[in-house]
Amino acid sequence: MIGGPKNFALRLVLIAAFLLVWEGFVRLFAIPMFILPTPSNVFLALYRGFASWLYVDHIWITLTETLLGFVLGTTLAFLLGTVIALSRPVEYFLYPFVVMFQAMPKVALAPLIIVWFGLGLASKVVNAALVAFFPLMVNTIVGLRSAEEDKINLMRSLAATRTQIFWMLQLPNAMPYIFAGLEIAMIFALIGAIVAEFVGAQAGLGMLIQSMNFTMDVAGQFSVLLLLSVLGLILNGMVIGVRKRVLFWDASQKFNDEAARKEVA
Amino acid sequence: MRENATAARDVIAIRHLSKTYSGRGGGVTALDDIDCTVADGEFMSIVGPSGCGKSTLLKILAGLMHASGGQALLNGTPIAGPRKDIGVVFQSPVLFPWRTVLGNVLLPVDVQQLGREKMTQRALDLLTLVGLSGFEHRYPWELSGGMQQRVALVRALIHDPALLLMDEPFGALDALTREAMNVELQRIWMERRKTVVFITHSTSEAVFLGDRVMVMTPRPGKIGDLFAVDLPRPRPLDVMTTEKFGVYVRRIRKSLNAGGGLE
Repeated sequence: MIGGPKNFALRLVLIAAFLLVWEGFVRLFAIPMFILPTPSNVFLALYRGFASWLYVDHIWITLTETLLGFVLGTTLAFLLGTVIALSRPVEYFLYPFVVMFQAMPKVALAPLIIVWFGLGLASKVVNAALVAFFPLMVNTIVGLRSAEEDKINLMRSLAATRTQIFWMLQLPNAMPYIFAGLEIAMIFALIGAIVAEFVGAQAGLGMLIQSMNFTMDVAGQFSVLLLLSVLGLILNGMVIGVRKRVLFWDASQKFNDEAARKEVA
Repeated sequence: MRENATAARDVIAIRHLSKTYSGRGGGVTALDDIDCTVADGEFMSIVGPSGCGKSTLLKILAGLMHASGGQALLNGTPIAGPRKDIGVVFQSPVLFPWRTVLGNVLLPVDVQQLGREKMTQRALDLLTLVGLSGFEHRYPWELSGGMQQRVALVRALIHDPALLLMDEPFGALDALTREAMNVELQRIWMERRKTVVFITHSTSEAVFLGDRVMVMTPRPGKIGDLFAVDLPRPRPLDVMTTEKFGVYVRRIRKSLNAGGGLE
């Protein structure tokens, strides 16, 4: 079996060895700092960034952009996805637009978004929302349509209204898909915020990376990259935490698949 | 004969019922001129091979599908769509995994807004009746297949329907569980005296449970013979080894064969 305390220790040893080899390699070949910094320099940059509160401010800004963009994008995606899933005419007429937008790399819109919404918070939120929008919309549509025929028939046999079928069956049934979409949307929102900051911003971790690039502070850039991956992990962990509470029933959904033998009358 | 009973005593009256599925290259006739009645409190087994239209018949009775011709009456009124006085048990339990056992049982109560406070005690009583007391706060995936189907049975009974429709409810269970469920269904039926239409492809199950057994023949689905099963209740499992039981099963098989039902 993989896992267990012994292998966990081995993992830590491996990481330590990796950092040591990296440190030794840079020192041995005297690689300049602006090409590849040593791990110790990266950690030093990280420490200085936090000691001066510089990183805290920028983290706060990027986090705000990401979360606002996530909420805005996923709310709209859920609403539009629901309307499309429930109404064939709406689906038919909106489909060309959806396909066009879906095929387009949304980050390519970032320069335009900056022109429309300025260098401040709004443009980052809009860009993050735009990038986060599609994974959830698609999953909402698929999820709401995934209810098995037997379950629909059960609800209908009880003389349930369409509204009741939606709230009591389709929506809870779609939750595994919706949460899978939310997980992707959260990471996408972070990407959207960072890209918008690259294009034009006064603050945020993406802006920080760019300004460090201009001053050839490569150790600083590495430290921000490290921050971003930790931020991504935390954001993803938040969604997973909520999912585990809401979807406690999903892990054992196997039981639903049994006996799908149907008589073809 | 029950067929001659007055219409008022018949819970179900099926008159010249037919169903044709439209498709490329002409329609497919699934049901052809079905005529029968089911009396109040009667247990009617319908047996037939796959493709004989028995599920179509059940879907029409449940109001899930419209007939192409003729009509089916429930307590004198035509079945034109889903109704609140019918309970259905499908082949798979069709339980919602996000609801507890009690929550699943109360689904019809929620849909038909009958009031959870009033109905919870009834739900618990029915769960006790099927031997599931103490399981009300479990989730469906924690139960075995047989237990899940019992939850589905209680759910079909909770709103006290005039008619219970069962579409091969034990078809997915192993043979031993299936026999146990047959005994249990008989016990519940004797206690509650619901009118039941029970679809199966097992001749012995049909005879064991039914007051009458209706044989359906395929392509198009027609009613073959009707057998009144004259065996005393409660029927124990070993009634299946008796000569009389064997005679019923043989006659039904013969009828199925004559209709081209069995190879």
